Amino acid sequence: MKATTFASILLTAWLVAYWFLADAVDVLVYGFLKMDEGTHLTSAVYFFVYEAPKVLLLLVLVVFLVGIVRSYFSPERTRTILENKPLLLGNVFASLLGIVTPFCSCSAVPLFIGFVEAGIPLGVTFSFLIAAPMINEIAVVLLFGLFGWKVALVYVGTGLSIAILAGFVINKLKVERYVEDWVYSIRSQSIELQAQTVTFANRVQFGFDAVRDIVAKVWFYILIGIGVGAGIHGYVPADFMASVMGKSSWWAVPLSVLIGVPLYSNAAGIIPIVHALLEKGASLGTTLAFMMSVIGLSLPEMIILRKVLKLQLIFIFVGVVATGIVMVGYLFNAIT
Amino acid sequence: MTIKVLGTGCLNCKTLEQRTREAIASLNIDASVEKVEDIQKIVAYGILRTPGLVIDEKVISSGSVPSVDAIKEMILKHALQAAT
Repeated sequence: MKATTFASILLTAWLVAYWFLADAVDVLVYGFLKMDEGTHLTSAVYFFVYEAPKVLLLLVLVVFLVGIVRSYFSPERTRTILENKPLLLGNVFASLLGIVTPFCSCSAVPLFIGFVEAGIPLGVTFSFLIAAPMINEIAVVLLFGLFGWKVALVYVGTGLSIAILAGFVINKLKVERYVEDWVYSIRSQSIELQAQTVTFANRVQFGFDAVRDIVAKVWFYILIGIGVGAGIHGYVPADFMASVMGKSSWWAVPLSVLIGVPLYSNAAGIIPIVHALLEKGASLGTTLAFMMSVIGLSLPEMIILRKVLKLQLIFIFVGVVATGIVMVGYLFNAIT
Repeated sequence: MTIKVLGTGCLNCKTLEQRTREAIASLNIDASVEKVEDIQKIVAYGILRTPGLVIDEKVISSGSVPSVDAIKEMILKHALQAAT
C-alpha cells in the first residue's frame, strides 16, 4: 500500500479515537471499574487514564506532521540560508530554523564547525543551538495537550525571544577567542551529496520514521511523567505549591533555574509533572522558567560542546541563557 | 573497498555500523569497515550531522541511518561508478 493511502486511513482512525476518548474514559472509570466520583484515587486514576492516551495521540500526530515538515529542511540548507545574513536578522532566522531543522545534540559539534567554517557569526550559531533543543514538537504538543494553546504559544514565543536575544548578546561579547583553536584550523572537504528526487510519498515515509524513532524513545518517559502528575493531581492538596513556587517568593524563579539547569530530561518526562505543579498553585512564570532550564540547557549537551568551546564560553552560554530564562520567569509572574 | 562509519558513539552511529556490516555480509563482497570516532577527523569530511557513511573517501550519506537494503544499493552504485 502506498504510504499516502496508509496515512489517510490512520488519520481517520486517529480522529475517531481522539473524538471519543473522553466518553470512553468515562465509561471505563465510572461504568466498568465502578469507581466513586470525588475520591483521591478516582481523581488520580482518571487523570492517568485520560491524559496518557490523549498525550500519546497528540504526540504521534504532531511528530508525524513535523517529520514531513522537517523533510523540507536540512542543516546544510539552513547553513546556506544563514550565510551572509546581517546580525540581528541572522539571529531571528537561526532561531526559527532551529525549530524546524532536524537536529540532535549528538551532532552539535559537526554542526557548530560547519557553521563557523561557512563564516556564520558565533552569535547566530548560538541562536540556533539554543532554539533547537528548547522549542521542539514534543514540548509544544505536551503544553498544548495539557495547558491549551495559550501556554504553548507563550512557551514558543518566549523561547524564541531568548534564543534570538541570547545569540545577539553572545555576539556582542566577542567570544571568538573562547572557541577551541583547532576549530579554526579545520579545513573540511566540501561534499556534494547526490541529490535524490523526493516524492511526497517519501516525505510521508519520513513522517512515519520520525514517529517510530521518537515515540519509541519517549513513550516511557511520558507515562512516568503522567504517572507522577496523576499522583500529585490526586493526592497533593490544592495550593500546596503556592507557598514554594508561588509568585510571592522572589527567589523561586532563580532557584528553579538553578535546579533545572543540571537536571536533564526531555520535554516528555518533565511537562506532565510541571502540569500537576501548576495545578497545585505554582505560578506560571516560575514553572515556565523551571521547564525551560530543564529542556533548553542540559549537561550532556554542554559536555559535547566542550569539545569545541573553552570552559569560559560554556559558562557565558549557560549564563546568558539562564539569565534570559529568569527574566521570562519574572515577566510572567508579574503579568499573570 | 574501504567503508568508514563516522560517529562519536551515539546509538545511531552504532546502528549504522552494524547495518553496514550486515549489508557487506549479504552482498558477499570484499570490503573493510572502519569506525571513525575522532571528532576532528569526522568534521574534516564536511558533514553537518552524524552518523556519516563514507565509501572510498567519498561521503555517501549523513545524518540518517539507512536500511540495510538502502546501504547495499549505495555500495553497489558506488562500485558501479568506480568501475566505469
